[in-house]
Amino acid sequence: MTAIVTAENLSVVIGHAKVVDAATFRLARGTFTALVGPNGAGKTTLMRALAGLIPAEGTVTIEGRTLASMPGRERARTLAYLPQGAVFHWPLRVDALVALGRYPHGDALSSPTPDDRRAVEAALTATATAQFAARPVTTLSGGERARVALARALATQAPVLLADEPTVSLDARHQLVVMQLLQKAARNGAAVLTVVHDLTLAARFADRVLMMRGGRVVAEGDTASVLQPEWIAEVFGVEPAMLALDGVQLPLPRRPL
Amino acid sequence: MPGFPLRLTIALAALVPLLMLASLMVGAAGLSPVDALVALWSGEGPASIIARDIRLPRTLLAASIGATLGLSGAALQGLLRNPLAEPALFGAPQAAAAASSFVIAFGFLSATSTVVPLAGIAGALVSIGGLVAIAGRRASLTVILLAGLALASFAGAATALILNLAPNPFIALEVAFWLLGSLEDRSVDHLVISAPFLVASWIVLMLNARAFRALTLGEDAAASLGVDLFRTRLLVVVGVALGVGAAVAVAGSIGFVGLVAPHLVRRYADSDPAHVMLPAALAGAALLLAADISVRIIPAAIELKVGVVTALIGVPFFLAMIFSERRMLEGSPS
Repeated sequence: MTAIVTAENLSVVIGHAKVVDAATFRLARGTFTALVGPNGAGKTTLMRALAGLIPAEGTVTIEGRTLASMPGRERARTLAYLPQGAVFHWPLRVDALVALGRYPHGDALSSPTPDDRRAVEAALTATATAQFAARPVTTLSGGERARVALARALATQAPVLLADEPTVSLDARHQLVVMQLLQKAARNGAAVLTVVHDLTLAARFADRVLMMRGGRVVAEGDTASVLQPEWIAEVFGVEPAMLALDGVQLPLPRRPL
Repeated sequence: MPGFPLRLTIALAALVPLLMLASLMVGAAGLSPVDALVALWSGEGPASIIARDIRLPRTLLAASIGATLGLSGAALQGLLRNPLAEPALFGAPQAAAAASSFVIAFGFLSATSTVVPLAGIAGALVSIGGLVAIAGRRASLTVILLAGLALASFAGAATALILNLAPNPFIALEVAFWLLGSLEDRSVDHLVISAPFLVASWIVLMLNARAFRALTLGEDAAASLGVDLFRTRLLVVVGVALGVGAAVAVAGSIGFVGLVAPHLVRRYADSDPAHVMLPAALAGAALLLAADISVRIIPAAIELKVGVVTALIGVPFFLAMIFSERRMLEGSPS
């Protein structure tokens, strides 16, 4: 496993609480990693610290360079971040929103390059949002908006993609679509880290799983080795049923412990 | 880039010079379009004094102040991702008004003295300094807004105190009239004093246009795209304070232009906060020119104050627009 992102003793203190506590893990190219953990485990804070949005102790190295030493634009080209909930404050056209993914590639005076246009078109095509490229985003459904938000993150063509609960509040079909898209981004060579609450989805799509509780990374490894009934019971406080589907063991929460 | 409202921008860019010409023609002594241009060009005769010395500064001030207000409104709405944001939000115009009122009331100066705008600009700068000092390095937008609100209230109270303590009723009346906003009897000096601040604010605000577009995705996503939120907020606060502070210092309080100008053009720009800026500036210039022309056309014993007129004609216009867009606004989730 060739790590592109290495986090060592990453800690985030908010107020007096250590929300992320000495997290150490690696993300590899071409690998889809699911970040799982109960509410309040520090998953979102960990993602924001990785994205460089909040100050953190410890070191994050990306392609051999520390995150702290990267200028903002370079960090933004290396690391695409998709926050929770597809937020759009103005009814912009879909293509204009997706083009924002190219923001770190240009500056105030430059106009879009052929590379920018290709990246935007590829992202629109991949997410099947090209059909409403010219529509205001407010006219789209929740699932369509989630795809637009993902297209924006894909358009950056960053080697690292962080997505915070991209499947939340989506219907069954869109959950699968979004997970497939993230998996595909990983197959195309990106290191993808995604917060997922649905352990079944994580088991089906992720190559690796990071499990957090109380700010600490308590397990890291292949999906099958981390999503074991004992671990799930211990960390999530639920008794899981393990179902086999297409040769994969899927945990299904059966009852709270 | 899709969606730049090129036709609207060209139309507004053509409208503004036409309104400027009209502004040179209208007044106690009417001039024909040709006479106005000849008088402006030749520099001879009474018509030239009227066009060059009286109406030209007023016209240029109306255009540049209107543009500043429109641009400031568009920038603040972009920064705050809220169509209700307007230039008075951070307290700079109120501070400028308070400082200018003070020198009118206690400096025994006429409201059109050039000391008045200098004091106003100083007041606006002090208020920005205070805001930045209060907000600090890592302040959230909420903290900046609250600090701005506090400063605005304080400056408003100071202005009320000045009116309260004015040495005599005539001076209080002069301050009160000045506060209503007017471009009457402004000279080239006013233009020279305010122009550097207005132009600086245009540059500072326009440089952030792309950041406003990125902010459509929310602060976290924008920051992850490389937008320096602290720098952007600081530049917008400073840009608005410089521009609107100087505008208020020269012309008194002119409401509504900063709020309404971006709205007039937004739908033609596909709501893109970056593309809204230039048309909003032109629309602001056109609005203030039209208002300043109308105060000279409307027959009244005392010339109406332009700040009164911008609100009077702006509000029905605004309501009509809200009415026409009501269905769309109701249909969209918050």
